Amino acid sequence: MPVDTPAPHAIEAHGLRKAFGKTQALDGVDLTVTRGMVYGLLGPNGAGKSTVVRVLATLLRPDSGTATVDGLDVVRDAKAVRTHIGLAGQYAAVDEYLTGRENLVMFGMLSGLTRGRAKARATDLLEQFDLVDAADRPSKGYSGGMRRRLDLAASLASRPPVLFLDEPTTGLDPRSRLTMWGVIQGLVHDGTTVLLTTQYLEEADRLAQRIAVIDRGRVIAEGTPAELKARVGGEGLEVAVVDPADLGAVRAIVAAHASDEVFVDAERRRVRAAVSDGARALAAVAGAIAEAGITTEDVGLHRPTLDEVFLALTGRPVTEDEASDDDGAASGDGEPGGPGGPT
Amino acid sequence: MTAPVKALRDSGIILWRQLIQLPRIPEVLIFALIQPVMFVLLFRYVFGGAIATPGESYVNYLMPGIFAQTVAFGAVASGIGLAEDLRRGIIDRFRSLPMARSAVIVGRTVSDLVRNFAVVMVMYVVGILVGFRPEGSVGAQVLAFLLLLLTSFAFSWIGVVIALSMKTVEAVQSAGFIWLFPLTFASSAFVPTDTMPGWLQAFADNQPFTIVVNAVRALFLDLPVGNYVWLTLAWMIGITAVMVPLATRQYRRRSG
Repeated sequence: MPVDTPAPHAIEAHGLRKAFGKTQALDGVDLTVTRGMVYGLLGPNGAGKSTVVRVLATLLRPDSGTATVDGLDVVRDAKAVRTHIGLAGQYAAVDEYLTGRENLVMFGMLSGLTRGRAKARATDLLEQFDLVDAADRPSKGYSGGMRRRLDLAASLASRPPVLFLDEPTTGLDPRSRLTMWGVIQGLVHDGTTVLLTTQYLEEADRLAQRIAVIDRGRVIAEGTPAELKARVGGEGLEVAVVDPADLGAVRAIVAAHASDEVFVDAERRRVRAAVSDGARALAAVAGAIAEAGITTEDVGLHRPTLDEVFLALTGRPVTEDEASDDDGAASGDGEPGGPGGPT
Repeated sequence: MTAPVKALRDSGIILWRQLIQLPRIPEVLIFALIQPVMFVLLFRYVFGGAIATPGESYVNYLMPGIFAQTVAFGAVASGIGLAEDLRRGIIDRFRSLPMARSAVIVGRTVSDLVRNFAVVMVMYVVGILVGFRPEGSVGAQVLAFLLLLLTSFAFSWIGVVIALSMKTVEAVQSAGFIWLFPLTFASSAFVPTDTMPGWLQAFADNQPFTIVVNAVRALFLDLPVGNYVWLTLAWMIGITAVMVPLATRQYRRRSG
């Protein structure tokens, strides 16, 4: 293992292509993920997100193109790659008849830890993922959120430097989703590089420092969340004033809370800007405007949905079942249909 | 760690997993027992009176056939278990780990061996209860058990190959049983083959399942063994030798 010759990037992929029968699941995917960041792969069902993960996790050979993880080729050095990665996903692939602790010990040992170290690590992980009370019950009885946490913990048994999270919150209720987000954010502090796939813009926005939007096996947009939202143009705070003379004052108020450039649309008497913490910014801006005695027509928050991002980037809406058998080769049922995303 | 040692260790971990599961999925064990018990009752008390087995009581004739059928049907459980793992995605996780490729299947087939051993032991007791009176020496009977275990192992690998070639658990279940019926019934397990039509008898007398049945029957009942022990060894080792590389290759290619 060339551990002490760090490659410049945690993940690099060039021109990945993969077809399942007539479906071109990957149609030339390029990715560069810097060490220690959370990188989001955003796209609808069947876009090819899971296929990218499966190629990078050595589960699937690409038809063409190359990819490296920690500088190791995923095809040629597949064995070595497996000592550098963890994989967790929407299927919560733990053994349901084993207890949480037994699962963690098993995966730890299979990752190369000795029995003693695997046991110690299991105890730590159960603590970290708030599973201590359920540790010695078979995971069959766990709630969906607990199972996902156990699944994630299992992928961390050997402290892999690169972690793949394939739709970690798909199918979870909003509360479990929030818990999961907190858990994932915690990982970043350990310096783990995370490649996260999601159908939810909000999730990518919340967790990822960079996002690639993927559609029909291609990356159609890439950048920081702010850059992407700027391209979409919808996300942010918008204030419409009655008197155009107030535009300057409102602009100053909004600028104090904006995360990016502030746009003034004099014709429509509107001020618009991207904001990072929407609700708080909205309250603060509304308060400041009232204090200044400015009359507004409308103060509102506009959060683009994945549909809007898609519409903006591709000029067509998201369709649920395009390439529905993408990624279905092993799991049989592909990605389960999910809702459009939390709003 | 050298590759063979690592493969052994990883197989051991998977074996541990399977053995932990065993008592926690009682229905698997119960089903594995109910089926042969039903066969014993049906053949012992329903059909048995109409089947002539010169020189032996029918129950003595029947039980070695039941033992062999029990381990052969174990192949279905091996296949379904693996198919379930594939469906749930746990195999994906195993494949993303730096573990020996063969371990998942080896661990499973060995654990199926343990389960089948337990089931055959219970069936032996059931046999005694319904009048089975084995006359072979202890050594001969131990040898018969060993042959049954070897058969169990070989058949588990067939079940694994079937599981890896099918897309759904349901398909594995159907495909897993279909070939076992002609194989176990067109054999000497339940009836002497000499009542069968000539063409069928030619198949029944020479197919591997009959050979296993004849070997263990001779050992349990203290009959002349002939070449059956050697033939059983040859067949079962041969089947395993073909199935192991086939299964390993399919496992590697699965979803790839």
